[in-house]
Amino acid sequence: MDRDKRIQELGTRLRYIQDIFACEQNPDVDLLTARYEEYCARYMHLSAEEAARQLKTLEDLFGFLERKLERQLTPIHKVRIVRHPQRICLKDILENVYDNYTEIGGQDEYSIDPSMLIARAYITRKRGKKTYNQAVMVIGQEKGHGQEFRNGGSVKPWGNAKALHYMKVAETENIPIHTYIFTPGSYPIEDYPGAAQQIARNLYEMAGLKVPIVAVISEGGSGGAEAIGLADTRIMMSHGYYSVISPEGAAAIEGRLKEGQRATPELIARCAEALKMTADDNRAMGYVDWVIHEPELGARPEHYEFFRKLRKAVIASTDEIVLEVSNLRLFRSWALKRHRGSDVLDVYVRWNLDAAAKERLLWRRYKKFRRMAQHAYKEERHVWKKAMTQAADALGGIYSYFRYELLGRHQKKVTELAEDVHAEMQVVMSWPARWWNRIQEAFSRKPEPAAELVQLSAWDEGRGQEGWQYVSPQAKQDRAIPCPGARKHGCLDQWAPDLFGDFAGVCSFCGHHFPMEYQWYLHNVFDPGSIDEFFADVESINPLKFPGFDERLAEAKKKTGHKSACMTFEARIEGTLVMVAMLMAAFRGGSVGAAEGEKFIRAIERARRKQLPFLAYVHGTAGIRIQEGVNGVIQMPRCTMAVRRYIEAGGLYLVLYDTNSYAGPVASFLGCSPYQFAVRSANIGFAGRGVIRETTGMDIPPDYHNAFQALSRGHIQGIWDRREIRANLIQSLKTMGGRNLYYR
Amino acid sequence: MDVKEMLRRLHESPFEEIVVRAPHSGIARFALTAPGAQVSGPSGTWREKPGTAIVRLEREGAVRPVCAPQKGELIALATDKDGAFVQAGEELARIRHFLTKEEVLDRILREALHLFCAPEKGKYYFTAEVDIKVKAKGSRSVRVEDGMELFILSRMKRETTLRYSGPSGIVYAVYFEGGESVDAGAPLIGVCAESELPTIEDVVARVQSEWEEV
Repeated sequence: MDRDKRIQELGTRLRYIQDIFACEQNPDVDLLTARYEEYCARYMHLSAEEAARQLKTLEDLFGFLERKLERQLTPIHKVRIVRHPQRICLKDILENVYDNYTEIGGQDEYSIDPSMLIARAYITRKRGKKTYNQAVMVIGQEKGHGQEFRNGGSVKPWGNAKALHYMKVAETENIPIHTYIFTPGSYPIEDYPGAAQQIARNLYEMAGLKVPIVAVISEGGSGGAEAIGLADTRIMMSHGYYSVISPEGAAAIEGRLKEGQRATPELIARCAEALKMTADDNRAMGYVDWVIHEPELGARPEHYEFFRKLRKAVIASTDEIVLEVSNLRLFRSWALKRHRGSDVLDVYVRWNLDAAAKERLLWRRYKKFRRMAQHAYKEERHVWKKAMTQAADALGGIYSYFRYELLGRHQKKVTELAEDVHAEMQVVMSWPARWWNRIQEAFSRKPEPAAELVQLSAWDEGRGQEGWQYVSPQAKQDRAIPCPGARKHGCLDQWAPDLFGDFAGVCSFCGHHFPMEYQWYLHNVFDPGSIDEFFADVESINPLKFPGFDERLAEAKKKTGHKSACMTFEARIEGTLVMVAMLMAAFRGGSVGAAEGEKFIRAIERARRKQLPFLAYVHGTAGIRIQEGVNGVIQMPRCTMAVRRYIEAGGLYLVLYDTNSYAGPVASFLGCSPYQFAVRSANIGFAGRGVIRETTGMDIPPDYHNAFQALSRGHIQGIWDRREIRANLIQSLKTMGGRNLYYR
Repeated sequence: MDVKEMLRRLHESPFEEIVVRAPHSGIARFALTAPGAQVSGPSGTWREKPGTAIVRLEREGAVRPVCAPQKGELIALATDKDGAFVQAGEELARIRHFLTKEEVLDRILREALHLFCAPEKGKYYFTAEVDIKVKAKGSRSVRVEDGMELFILSRMKRETTLRYSGPSGIVYAVYFEGGESVDAGAPLIGVCAESELPTIEDVVARVQSEWEEV
């Protein structure tokens, strides 16, 4: 019986190896297969001793070759390992890492989203005779060993919303959060709360969660991973991957495949290699803090030693975070650092934080992410120039502090006091005034009837009638332009000089917005000559040395004359100074990489220091730049944290979408704004049509992503006509915003 | 009306001819060169994918395709106008569309039956007695006459009875389902005179079994 079980176990191990090295000719795998089949065919005819001896030899051979195969693993093998049904899942971790747990809001398929699992768990620690039960909120994607209803760990927006809800519960209860990332990516669906918008909300809230967060990454697929991945300590399993896009997705983009076409396994493997997605790569780039080593060919549920290791790692990480922000930590902190991961259980650390420690925790988290990805962009500026900018920034900050914080606050107090005194006086004086008025009325003549309206008011001379400051090159074509709305609305063809010149690219029959260049907005929205660009030297590079990307980047730089897809500047709108970060569709589709993220953060930090309103104008963004790998995707939490810091400091953060805005940026620093508007031409979403069809099998209607649908779903707050952007921005600056804007 | 005669006519000429005309003036450049080609109509869940492009019309530098509105065979193509300036409304092509079984049945039933349509959008149910009859013996057991209370219209918790108006007869077809919203103007039931029932049933059976689709 025991022998049968052992043979069966070997069979399972063999199938696992075959799956990992699928469609490859590997002599070691062939040897194992041959030996196993040979033994299975013969062992019934052998004596018991001989069968047992040969079985032992076979087991030794399995062990030896597994170690050998481990050394041959490439990134694509690791992708197959994390996706294999035999891979450990969150339930296994809850069973083996924690001492007790209760699942919250779900029992198998009966859950708002079975792919998101929440549990209240505790870890028991013994110190002498005392036992401590330390409570933790465990949140993570559950793949469930191939259970179909789990969607392979692809979480729907409402699953992420549930995760956020319980993160806030943990904050209220002042207990740490442990998140486990087992996702190939988020489920791309726009229904409320929206895939992108919910991830953005999660990131925004996690940036300010006042409890320690530890994230453990097994399969970290882009936005889905970020939804619960913004943590104080990020641990990665050695056979996991953490990437901006799945290798298949990258292959489809790199191979310029049309919908329905499949990438070759070689191209997928090449992309997996180029994306630098393994644990060691991410550790080297500084995006994860620890790597936990897994058994050969990846952890499976029977590897109990691995669970012990994981338990030690999450406890030690939580201890470290808490100690770093606590007041009393001297010896324990030293002991933990000295014996990292080995004897953690000998040190007891209370996991709830006091008010001061919570503030230090947030600042630690912000600094940690702020320091990331510094190697992934280039900035060639003279030292004195850098120093000058920093000095100017500092001076601007000091001026703003004195003018608007120190003096401004007192001035405000005096004004408020004067207003109150004036109001009181008005009440006191109203009695005698009323009597005085009555007496006056009694003795005065009857007033003459009011003058009649004898003429019509004049037409308001709009900006359009005066002509636009900038005329699009499209207006120079001598041809008629048909409108896509012609079939529905019967629009006539329009002459290009009229359409792109006078009409600002808007069909005068149905209002369809044709795309316009970003220059049009620069010159027609802001006050003429008021644009002052800065950080223009921050340059996009190819940090991963992605094959062929240097040339494409150079081409984009040459074509646009910019060094990155993000342009940051100060400008005036009817005299009001505004800080703007603009994503240009002309530069690699407006994709966001390390340089773009850095510029965005610097601009919003400057807006915070100078107390300026901040406008993110998205001329177009295709998402995170995949060729930069995690250097790109890490901009999602980085920028969102900067946005949160700015909004909490009392700033006004406005987002304006134009043309197409998709994926990572929408799912982070754009989607988290409370004031998002779209020009009529905008399409806003998480994933494009092809990706949705590929991943969910659903066919989506042609207008699925357009601005009106986004407005109906509650993702944006309004739709603007292009010709009225300036007027609407002025209106927004007057009516919305944070408490500390100087112009209020 | 004589449904058998209608079916005979449809058998003799089981297609409809669709004339494709220039939607606006412009220089025509034919994408297809000769008649006889098979063309397809708009497809996709929302009919968002256009049909086969037959001609491209160029006017003032703007080029727009003129696509086939239905599936069928191209029987005529005005290739003599290739490269020439055509006026709006000029015939460019002719498509022979072979009728499908559903289209034939729909045509016959729309001709032969009296359709009673929904006056406004809402959920429709048969009144209690009629509903029992329909469920027990099928809709053809229900005899309707002008002024008879036949439906209950339910909309936002408001329920109103609706009277049938039209010729007397039996309910041959029911086009709605209880609990589902029906748009204003969509047919609810098709009524035919009792005497015509055997003929219609015979014709429908023949179409179902004999009609061959191309």
